[in-house]
Amino acid sequence: MKDTTQHVEVRDLSVTVRREDGTPLRIVEDVSFDIAPRETLALIGESGSGKTTIALALMGYARGSAEITGQIRVGQATLDGAGGNALKAQRGHRISYVAQSAAAAFNPSRRVIDQVIEPALIHGIEPEEAARKRAVSLFRSLALPNPETIGQRYPHELSGGQLQRLMAAMALITQPELVIFDEPTTALDVTTQVEVLQAFRRVVREQGATGVYVSHDLAVVAQMADRVLVLKRGKVREQNAVDVILQSPADDYTRMLMSAAMPVVMAAPVLPDAPVPLLEVEGIHAGYGPIDKEGRPAHPVLSDVGFSIGRGAALGVIGESGSGKSTVARVVAGLLAPARGSVKLDGVPLAPTLSGRSREELRRVQIVFQSADVALNPGRSVGDILGRVLRFYRGTRGEEARRRVAELLDLIKLPASIASRRCDELSGGQKQRVNLARALAAEPDIILCDEVTSALDTVVRGAILDLLAELRRDLGVAYLFISHDIETVKALCDDIVVLYKGTRVESGVRDSYNVPPVHPYTDLLISSVPELRSDWLSDESERAAAPFAHLRERPDLCRFLPRCPVAIAGTCEVSAPPVRQLSSGNAVLCHHTEETLRRTQSEKILG
Amino acid sequence: MSASASASSWRGPLRLIGHRVLLALITLLLVSAVIFTISGLLPGDAAQEVLGQSATPEQIAALRKEMGLDQPGPVRYYQWLRGISMGDPGQSMVTNTPVSEIISVRLPNTLILAALSTLVSVPFAFLIGIASAIARGKKLDRSLNVLTLSMVALPEFLVATVAVLILSVKLQWLPSITLIPQEASFADYVRGYAMPVMVLAVGVIAQLGRMIRAAIIAELDRPYVEMARLKGVSQTRLVFHHILPNAIGPIVNAMALSLSYLFGGAIIVETIFSYPGLAGLMVNAVTSRDMPLLQACAMIFCAVYLLLVLVADVFAILANPRLRNA
Repeated sequence: MKDTTQHVEVRDLSVTVRREDGTPLRIVEDVSFDIAPRETLALIGESGSGKTTIALALMGYARGSAEITGQIRVGQATLDGAGGNALKAQRGHRISYVAQSAAAAFNPSRRVIDQVIEPALIHGIEPEEAARKRAVSLFRSLALPNPETIGQRYPHELSGGQLQRLMAAMALITQPELVIFDEPTTALDVTTQVEVLQAFRRVVREQGATGVYVSHDLAVVAQMADRVLVLKRGKVREQNAVDVILQSPADDYTRMLMSAAMPVVMAAPVLPDAPVPLLEVEGIHAGYGPIDKEGRPAHPVLSDVGFSIGRGAALGVIGESGSGKSTVARVVAGLLAPARGSVKLDGVPLAPTLSGRSREELRRVQIVFQSADVALNPGRSVGDILGRVLRFYRGTRGEEARRRVAELLDLIKLPASIASRRCDELSGGQKQRVNLARALAAEPDIILCDEVTSALDTVVRGAILDLLAELRRDLGVAYLFISHDIETVKALCDDIVVLYKGTRVESGVRDSYNVPPVHPYTDLLISSVPELRSDWLSDESERAAAPFAHLRERPDLCRFLPRCPVAIAGTCEVSAPPVRQLSSGNAVLCHHTEETLRRTQSEKILG
Repeated sequence: MSASASASSWRGPLRLIGHRVLLALITLLLVSAVIFTISGLLPGDAAQEVLGQSATPEQIAALRKEMGLDQPGPVRYYQWLRGISMGDPGQSMVTNTPVSEIISVRLPNTLILAALSTLVSVPFAFLIGIASAIARGKKLDRSLNVLTLSMVALPEFLVATVAVLILSVKLQWLPSITLIPQEASFADYVRGYAMPVMVLAVGVIAQLGRMIRAAIIAELDRPYVEMARLKGVSQTRLVFHHILPNAIGPIVNAMALSLSYLFGGAIIVETIFSYPGLAGLMVNAVTSRDMPLLQACAMIFCAVYLLLVLVADVFAILANPRLRNA
């Protein structure tokens, strides 16, 4: 080998793990690829495709007792067969790694700066003072706030987007020749993701490093990579330049990934209007800590949030982390008593907490949590889990219960034989289906779905969305569907509420969100979703600065003010915004009129 | 960082620590009530014990009055609590000397034995715990597991008896009782303490070693450890620089438990080696119904236990930046 025009050469890479009974299982099979200097290669596929395993193998690293075979060359170094010390000298020095969740990958008990400069110190690249200086200048190019002092903080004092950028600084401090990004933005909000992607791309180009970008998100990959390697179950399905993959994918699997990345709207018939809506939420104030005389909690999360959902309808609640969207579900479910406001089911007020609700009321409102791993008892069989719900709400036992479990599994499109399997033997998508079946077993009128698709791959996510739409059509169940992803919400829901820091900044029907004008925050959310073309991020010029970024957020003003690029001086920082009814039917909480909103937003589309 | 910023950053942990101190004091008060009540429930009393079987009821009643045993419980509790909080736990009913005097002779012995055992045990426990955790599932780990489990399972009296049989009786290397004369040389010290320290250390090393292993293994699977490895960090640096700061909370708590055992649980070792420590004193106080002495010993053990746990808590708070800056 040694084709010197290529920076990285991988030939016949296989990774083998041992099953519990000792038999070998190849999780990566005969993968070969090259990366030219200064190019970025994306590894894309679902979970279990082996993309992270391959990326780690480039550092000569395998998790657990897995075994790497094949040839791996990075620059001058041959990594296959290299000893522990030789590998240690490469890792974090010539080849560096940016992990998926920076919040978990930073050591919680050490200051960030010490961790960022650690690679430079242990590899003896430069003295501590020089490394600190380099770190600060990297912080600056990564557009981190307060670059001089931010390193003095501990990981828990920083946001996810900041940590992810700090981790990139840690990877780049030794000026490595190869940087591996392992799903670095998957855990971030869309609005943060754009900023982080832009910062990454700029800095990697400045340093002239070769890149490997691992992701399941084709649209993100399109912005970051020059070439794409599509993987499924440890095998290469297709590899080509990014534009070729996007415009004329050769492999069926690639085409499936592409179509899953663009969810289609799944309309469902809304049942005829009843005189009272199924669920009516009015003027909810909720939060944590002691409640003052005016009914405001010490740490407010929601202020004056309200909406209603008809029988068989689907309402989407979207917002970024910290918007209070999960708190909405917790209040409706009775897990958190609101400080003020009411929740009515068929016009009848529900007790604020679970203990005050009848079993029938509990049955009619079911909640499905984001992580099926946590929500389902791993030691129980699927049949047990579903059977328990049937017994609790319906008193169904024995043969009848077994029949019902089989029906439920059929409903969520899993074979009846799965009833005897334990939850920890199922795949992520299967678990989420069982999680959904657990709620369906109660035959509820409404299901509160809290980020149920967020932890899933694009393909699995698409399948779960299809299932949700079908269940709604067949069973007439209503959804309160909570997500941070506006595309997902648009695919499933009739009405959408946008939350920002616990306030409802916009509400209206789905189609009104497709054209301007919308609330400036909604506009930011929509424009932050990466598109399936390779020049999107370059077109998405650095965002207009917010004129009031220096102001602190205040509860009596528009909460979005410190981030709003179109804030009106003399108005927005003085008084609270009114609720405006737009001609599209949407209600927005903004000082801008429909006309001025439309102007700012269509200008951007044209320019 | 400016002075005012660092002053305010201390307010959080100080409040947390103050809270723990207050809780410890309340616990101690509750414990004192329990000790006083329970020691009152023991059958027989000191007057009976002092005068023996042949005493007449009148003699016993007279002595009870003299000892203050005829007063109502709450009054005696109040007087006792007041005395003990001022450092005077009263007179021994059996020897008629102040309890504080008796204890001041024995306490240093117990402290020395506990301190020596700690000095010997802790390094070995760390060595075993760390080595075992890093080699998780491998041969070394499995053999160390077998070793520590057998060490935990062996009763102290067995270890002590076997040690005496071999080291004193057969080989005649070490004395079978630990009597340290006033003008003992360093060699005498070492010879005298070798066996009791060894016997105590067996259990503590095993217990503490297993806890340290568990604490480190809990950290090993966290993503920051993999990240450190991918940065090319050496094994030693990984353990001491990355893992231990995060595992130290549970480890110091395990150490506090082990140390409190060394302090109060050394009764078997004290008996076998005729070592004049506090645990033996307390047992004597029970058999002779010497309530003031018994109560004072029990209070000391509880106070030491609470103090150790408190120190461990404070240490864990200071080691954790989340709690430290809370």
